[in-house]
Amino acid sequence: MTESVQVTGAAAADRGGVAVRLEGLRRRFGAVQALDGLDLDLAPGELVALLGPSGCGKTTALRVLAGLEDTDEGRVLVGGRDITTLPANRRDMGMVFQAYSLFPHLTAQENVEFGLRLRRRQAGDRRRRAAEMLELVGIGKHAGRYPHQLSGGQQQRVALARALAIEPQVLLLDEPLSALDAKVRVQLRDEIRRIQVEVGITTLFVTHDQEEALAVADRVGVMRDGRLEQLGPPSEVYLRPATPFVADFVGLSNRLPGRVVNGAVEVLGARLPLIDPLAAPTGEVTALVRPEAVDVVVDPDGPGRILAASFLGSMSRATVAMPGDVLVVAQVASARLGELTPGTAVRVALHEVPTPLA
Amino acid sequence: MAGLTLGQAPTRRGRPSARRARRQRLFRWVVVAVLAVFFLLPLFAMLEFTTRGAGGKLSFDTWKLLFNWGQLSQTYPDLSAGITASAGLVVLTVALMLVLLVPTVIWVRLRLPGLRRVVEFICLLPLTIPAIVLVVGLAPVYAWVTYFLGGSSLTLTFAYTILVLPYAYRAVDAGLSAIDVRTLAEAARSLGAGWGTVMWRVVLPNIRSAVLSAAFLTVALVLGEFTLASLLNRSNVQVAINLLGKSSATMSVAVSLAALVLAFVLLLLLSLVGRGRRRAQEETS
Repeated sequence: MTESVQVTGAAAADRGGVAVRLEGLRRRFGAVQALDGLDLDLAPGELVALLGPSGCGKTTALRVLAGLEDTDEGRVLVGGRDITTLPANRRDMGMVFQAYSLFPHLTAQENVEFGLRLRRRQAGDRRRRAAEMLELVGIGKHAGRYPHQLSGGQQQRVALARALAIEPQVLLLDEPLSALDAKVRVQLRDEIRRIQVEVGITTLFVTHDQEEALAVADRVGVMRDGRLEQLGPPSEVYLRPATPFVADFVGLSNRLPGRVVNGAVEVLGARLPLIDPLAAPTGEVTALVRPEAVDVVVDPDGPGRILAASFLGSMSRATVAMPGDVLVVAQVASARLGELTPGTAVRVALHEVPTPLA
Repeated sequence: MAGLTLGQAPTRRGRPSARRARRQRLFRWVVVAVLAVFFLLPLFAMLEFTTRGAGGKLSFDTWKLLFNWGQLSQTYPDLSAGITASAGLVVLTVALMLVLLVPTVIWVRLRLPGLRRVVEFICLLPLTIPAIVLVVGLAPVYAWVTYFLGGSSLTLTFAYTILVLPYAYRAVDAGLSAIDVRTLAEAARSLGAGWGTVMWRVVLPNIRSAVLSAAFLTVALVLGEFTLASLLNRSNVQVAINLLGKSSATMSVAVSLAALVLAFVLLLLLSLVGRGRRRAQEETS
């Protein structure tokens, strides 16, 4: 973990931005332990996405960093300075919320100027900066519109411009895309990343959408019950999940019965290497296998039967019923859907990739 | 209310439904007409009574006198004192209500959501207590008020502020429910706004029409209040009307009518403010 911080940090250092450190954060709401000793480091200019199911504490972590929530224990350091007790309005952080948060009585331009006005910037300077920011998020021509005259995606763009206009030390994104429809979401997600890299600002991005997290982040932190299960680059989190929870939560996995023999797991006749052979129990286990690690081959003598096939665009998904009531979901090219009609006899072949156990 | 749907076209075609639609429309007009007569007839009677001159001829002397302040205060000094007192009470009560209620309700919403029910209960309490009971409780308090502030009618402001709480609270609370106060406040905070700025520059501009409603309701209520003023031995326009009724019925009825019309106009303005805002939102969404 420390290694990857340094690596990303070195790459990010020339982008500017400050380091952020959350240290042993604890926060309890009644019976719920929202944060349970969370430690997290963000290198200068890095974008870390916190991913997890609802109630895992990811939003609480972000709100603690923003100063909108108190901690019971732990410290928040930005650029080496302890800001744990500093009120939200003096923390110098830009934030974009899940709910539309533009001030309804102000135009897009005035919304962006709001923070600058509080910083007593000259009117001309203010206007120039706001226009520049609105241009950056691609909404310059709607500067005079009120929030209710803008679409959801446009509102979130303005909110992003407003957050960046004050040149904050840290950018906080609290599920900013979850209220938007799929196409706008992908578009804005990529743009957030572009702008973040361009500005070079240290960013914490909270989301429950794994695709979003994997697509934009330098590193992804998967949270569960108030602590980090795994923190690493997206490919590592996806391909080498540290715990069964991460394997299960990130991406779709088949849960297949297998046997551990000599540091590998035998599943459906294939021998797959284990991610963590030393920690594996011996005997009967459940292996987690990704649909893209399963090949389906049409074979009249094969033991499996196609149960269903669903078209998902460029790729499709086939469900194969294997003997012993085992269902295997495989990712197949959509062009093959014609030959994989329900009832077709097939055999499955598993890729020999490091495999986690449930 | 019924008037809003008067011109609606029947949704289904065909003769039986067309006949039914016609019958429904007729029924609506009848209801509106009956209600209009019920409400307007007394007002017309009042107007007729106040314009009845000697020998049954039409005369506007009473109204001319009512709108001639100098002459009015000479002829009916009690009445002009009552009007002045009521005007002062309106201004002071609106001011005190806004200063007390608006920041409290916003603060409770933002910082002490657990207290919301309690505050709502306290604010609605005056609605459940009859004015006459309120006076029994207020009398000893007002002994002290008189001791410290004198016996001016304007001291009624305190009692009236309590009296208008239920209505004003409802109006302000509804305004706050219409916006996401918490997120707006947090957004403003993260941009560097202190709590004062959050209230003044972010929340207040967005509940302006709600605050205006609360103020209008307060004005209407204060102008029509009689029980507290009379029983606490203070003067206001209603007390003056009551007194005047014994000596000059015509003038008393004219003032009553003027007060009624004023309150009606205020409530009409209030509903127009609300509707204008709603329409602006509909047009753009």
